[in-house]
Amino acid sequence: MSVQLSIQHLSKCFEPNTPNRRVALDDLSLDVERGEFITILGSNGAGKSTLFNAILGKFLPDKGRIILDGDDITYWKDYKRAAHIGCLYQNPQWGTAPNMTIEENLALAYTRHASKSFFAVNRRDSAYFRELLATLGLGLENRMKTPMGMLSGGQRQAASLLMATIAKPKLLLLDEHTAALDPVTSRQVLKITAQIIAQNNLTALMITHDLHQAVSFGNRTIMLDAGRLVLDIGADERAGMTPRRLADLFAAKAKHLLSDRSLLSV
Amino acid sequence: MYLDLLLSALGQGVIYAPMALGVFVAFRILNTPDLTIDGSFVFGMTVCAAVTVAGHPIPAIFAGVLAGSAAGLMTGALQTVFGVNPILSGILTLTGLYTVNYMVLGGQSNLYLQSWEPNAAGALVPVGSQTIYKMMATVMGKSQSAALLLSLLITFLAAAILIVFFKTRPGMAVRATGDNEEMVRSSSINADAARIGGIMIANALVALSGAILCQQQRYADLGSGSGMLVVGLASVIIGQALFRQSSVTLGIISAVAGSIIYRLILQVAYQIDMPSHMVKLLSALIVTIALILPQAKDKLAIMRLRHGGERSQSR
Ligand SMILES: Nc1ncnc2c1ncn2[C@@H]1O[C@H](COP(=O)(O)OP(=O)(O)OP(=O)(O)O)[C@@H](O)[C@H]1O
Ligand SMILES: [Mg+2]
Repeated sequence: MSVQLSIQHLSKCFEPNTPNRRVALDDLSLDVERGEFITILGSNGAGKSTLFNAILGKFLPDKGRIILDGDDITYWKDYKRAAHIGCLYQNPQWGTAPNMTIEENLALAYTRHASKSFFAVNRRDSAYFRELLATLGLGLENRMKTPMGMLSGGQRQAASLLMATIAKPKLLLLDEHTAALDPVTSRQVLKITAQIIAQNNLTALMITHDLHQAVSFGNRTIMLDAGRLVLDIGADERAGMTPRRLADLFAAKAKHLLSDRSLLSV
Repeated sequence: MYLDLLLSALGQGVIYAPMALGVFVAFRILNTPDLTIDGSFVFGMTVCAAVTVAGHPIPAIFAGVLAGSAAGLMTGALQTVFGVNPILSGILTLTGLYTVNYMVLGGQSNLYLQSWEPNAAGALVPVGSQTIYKMMATVMGKSQSAALLLSLLITFLAAAILIVFFKTRPGMAVRATGDNEEMVRSSSINADAARIGGIMIANALVALSGAILCQQQRYADLGSGSGMLVVGLASVIIGQALFRQSSVTLGIISAVAGSIIYRLILQVAYQIDMPSHMVKLLSALIVTIALILPQAKDKLAIMRLRHGGERSQSR
């Protein structure tokens, strides 16, 4: 096994030297093995999204290094990293271009691997997209010329998931990507997520507030609190873990209680 | 007489059609208001005039187009690299361009496409510069239909290239940037580059209109750009109303059609003795009405609903 992502002593303080000073990441270190699928827990404001944004290059950290597949990407431009990192957010509208068709959206995401052709949409790639869409089981393969904006939130999120993974990224970041969906759709999208990650043997980090999800998906669970890593539960330890025990563990470790949302779902 | 009217509208419409396409790219594809347009129209015109007078009518058109894209590059760089607000970026370029255009015309506010040459008696007389329209007329014989055909050809080419471009990968990157810039930023595409490219294309198209207009009317005038943006918007909106398009290709075609119909409306207005200074008010009205209409419709629908509700309650 080799390390795919290495976060080393990462710190980020927002609005330093002001009364609003917030330490979002506090000397955080984390090694992610290749092919590992980690679920991330933590109360609101714990720094989970900030960690993702640092990896994506939305801002420069105050301190620390980010190594992806052996490359030090700490100072890379965001679009340059994006070639290797797929990401998905809570809002289904963020990941897709609403006025472009499903096919065009996928072609855009596939740019770096696409067949050489004058037009962006070509027959060979489209056949591949149709195949991929069919695996979602949502009937989207027959609606490839439909503008993305016409799809429901769940359909759009499933399509975004394809877009985020179609270029076989070195890392997949999922930030509460099913939180805005209804329970049934959410479960469906999660199933698709696990399926895509397994099929492509992707390295993935998934933020969630749902303790059930946290223990039933992936092979390792970590918890953040106040920008620090407070709990790291590997595969063996997780085997007998229940959401209830996880909540207790977290309460013992963290200064705060879990967010209301998480407690509700226990 | 109606045929004349129609032909004249068609002739004008196709000359201004690339400008409407430029407005379409900026406002509809990139979703960003670009005030550079009035300035790049004149920039295309002045640069084209200067090169035409120097005796190179065909390179003059390309020079005008290049000038427009340079203006676009300026606005685009301000918007992306330096993070200046898009509207202000356009205004800054527009304002700067006024001086540049004045200088390109040799320190005057208009320029006839002619040069002074000695006649048999040795006196200097003005000689009209060669233009692409004159060249076409020489080839075809009839100057009126030659002019129309040439403008049609240029607009057709510009529209066709644009349609094809938006189906290629760079073209799709531009479209996606206008549609969801955040998404493009989180993909491996350089959104800033796509945005700058889009603004350059928009202003190059606008400048193309300025360039061919200058050769067609055989003079360049610094004042000719004012209100162009609104004229372009009016064309795009008219085209949109007629075609109700969803695809980019249909949008491009309808912008061209809109430009022609807009000129037709003006011709009809002139027929019923509208003075020429009313033109700007008319275009502003068309755009204003088009912008207000959807909201007015909503308000009306709500009012009807309320009204109906009250009636059923009182029953
Ligand atoms: N761009 C920013 N500017 C200033 N402060 C920020 C910024 N981004 C995050 N923060 C602050 O950093 C802290 C961590 O926020 P973050 O969004 O990472 O939390 P989170 O763990 O994702 O929470 P949630 O579960 O609510 O999504 C918060 O105090 C937040 O206010
Ligand atoms: Mg968050």
